[in-house]
Amino acid sequence: MNATLYTRREWIALAVLAALILIVFPATMDIFRLNLVGKYLTYAFVAAGLVLCWGHGGILSLGQGIFFGLGGYCMAMFLKLEASSPENTAIQSTPGIPDFMDWNQVTELPFWWIPFKSFPFTLAAVIVVPVVFAYIIGAAMFKRRVGGVYFAIITQAIAAILTILIIGQQGYTGGVNGITDLRTLLGWDIRTDSAKFILYFVNAALLIVVLLLGQAVRVSKFGRLLIAMRDKEDRVRFSGYSVADFKIFIFCLAAAFSAIGGAMFTLQVGFMSPSFVGIVPSIEMVIFAAVGGRLSLFGAVYGALIVNWAKTSFSESFPELWLFAMGGLFIAVVMAFPNGLAGLFRSHVEPLLAKLTRKSPPPPAPDATPAEAVKLAAE
Amino acid sequence: MQQANPASTPRDFLLSVEGLTVSFDGFKAVNDLSFYVDENEIRVIIGPNGAGKTTVLDLICGRTTATEGSIRFRDKELTRMKEHEIVHAGVGRKFQNPSIYEDLTVFENLELSFPRGRGVFGALAFKRDKEVIDRVEEIAEMIFLRDQLKTEAAILSHGQKQWLEIGMLLIQSPELLMLDEPVAGMSVSERVKTAELLHQIIKDHSVIVIEHDMKFVQDIAHRVTVMHQGKVLSEGSMDHVQHDPKVIEVYLGH
Repeated sequence: MNATLYTRREWIALAVLAALILIVFPATMDIFRLNLVGKYLTYAFVAAGLVLCWGHGGILSLGQGIFFGLGGYCMAMFLKLEASSPENTAIQSTPGIPDFMDWNQVTELPFWWIPFKSFPFTLAAVIVVPVVFAYIIGAAMFKRRVGGVYFAIITQAIAAILTILIIGQQGYTGGVNGITDLRTLLGWDIRTDSAKFILYFVNAALLIVVLLLGQAVRVSKFGRLLIAMRDKEDRVRFSGYSVADFKIFIFCLAAAFSAIGGAMFTLQVGFMSPSFVGIVPSIEMVIFAAVGGRLSLFGAVYGALIVNWAKTSFSESFPELWLFAMGGLFIAVVMAFPNGLAGLFRSHVEPLLAKLTRKSPPPPAPDATPAEAVKLAAE
Repeated sequence: MQQANPASTPRDFLLSVEGLTVSFDGFKAVNDLSFYVDENEIRVIIGPNGAGKTTVLDLICGRTTATEGSIRFRDKELTRMKEHEIVHAGVGRKFQNPSIYEDLTVFENLELSFPRGRGVFGALAFKRDKEVIDRVEEIAEMIFLRDQLKTEAAILSHGQKQWLEIGMLLIQSPELLMLDEPVAGMSVSERVKTAELLHQIIKDHSVIVIEHDMKFVQDIAHRVTVMHQGKVLSEGSMDHVQHDPKVIEVYLGH
């Protein structure tokens, strides 16, 4: 019912996930690996948005990189301005502006960069800019009843256009290199190991908040309407709902999630570039959601982690084969397990776990799995 | 039921369709059509395939935009309203093929049609309270699905799906219900039950039904409108239209 956010089983799943990213990873990995995982987790924000928008609502966006990038760029602009103090840039012909502007004969900070000197403004912009952009795309498409594959193609085109725009306007955006050499956040050096460690936890905590928010939407009537719209859009419309409004909202929410991921990416990785905005990264993000399970918010996190981990280890050995491997993975998901890892878990692992827990009642078995231990502790 | 008279003031009727025309690339699917539906009337529209019956329902519920003419429902002009606004005004529409949410349970199907929390934030804040549960159960009882509330709609039989969709309309409490072939694909016993259900519904709703099954039409209709090539060919009691030579020629005579 509406009152409960999660079933008991889902609370356990959340606890396991939280334990994994908040305790297990930090305890077992060096800072380089942990930072890498933190980067993967920023994609989990996007995948979680796609689970709601695509998995539940049936709206396939192949342009989530747009919002990931906009969120990331907003954060990068603030950090870049902080790194471009007149002292730091004294050797430039115009000190006090970002280095790439100086290289491109820009002599004055463009007016739309100026507000990004303010941190509160930047935090607001990280969410507001992508959401407004998503609203404009959503209103233009959904009010005209553009949907399905046409919507996917248009989002892809917009991602391509935005990339071209960013690359073309390199005096204002840093061009193909992106915005690099970010140093401090309000005077705090984000390049140190301790900062990376803290940012990892900020990122993980934000991700859990986003998962809870997403779940709140899922269990509300809105969540059931999303499934209804995916199933029989006309019936929803003729039940008295303005379908376009609902689609716009969920698209904006997915954009906001992506943008938070993008901003955290910039903070943890230390730069933002057009290579995270365009078509290829946007499609990769859909694959994370598909592999994890497009109906499972937790699955989205595992999907982002596993695919990215595979990408890193695979492309270290066979860089040119990775794209084929990922294409194959996507085909395998669609053909063999359309509900992704979460679907496999539900159909294969859960019955096993249920059998195990039934066989070993109250007294905890010494070799209880973490999931069971958590479950018993919760009782 | 008195004979419809276009000269009388339209306000006397629940629904007044006047001079309605829609043309698809020059083809007039509905051509200068006028008819009137009274309060608590059950009106059946019959006609051969391609007569424009479903198009008329599409026009009334806003799915198709009229080229010309007017559709007045009480004091509202429906031709200028959006689909969901027409629903809010009190018009419910059932589609020809059962149009239900297969991935949701019967309860959830009915709950989503309950007329509350229809805005984005209303839906987020919607609470499944006693009022909703009682109403869903009441409707489920009416549509013979009281014991199937937890069943996923996908595994219902065809007839049960049709009933579920009728239930989804009823829970909206519309003043006018439009049913497109409600007994199509139903077994004989299901047809009898559906007729029973319709008789119960018309106690406090007006209903427009499109139907091909003549026995069923005879059973439920107050008045029958026969359409042919986008126009009204004949209108009146079942008895009247059955003996109308024009009707016999184009439709019943086949």
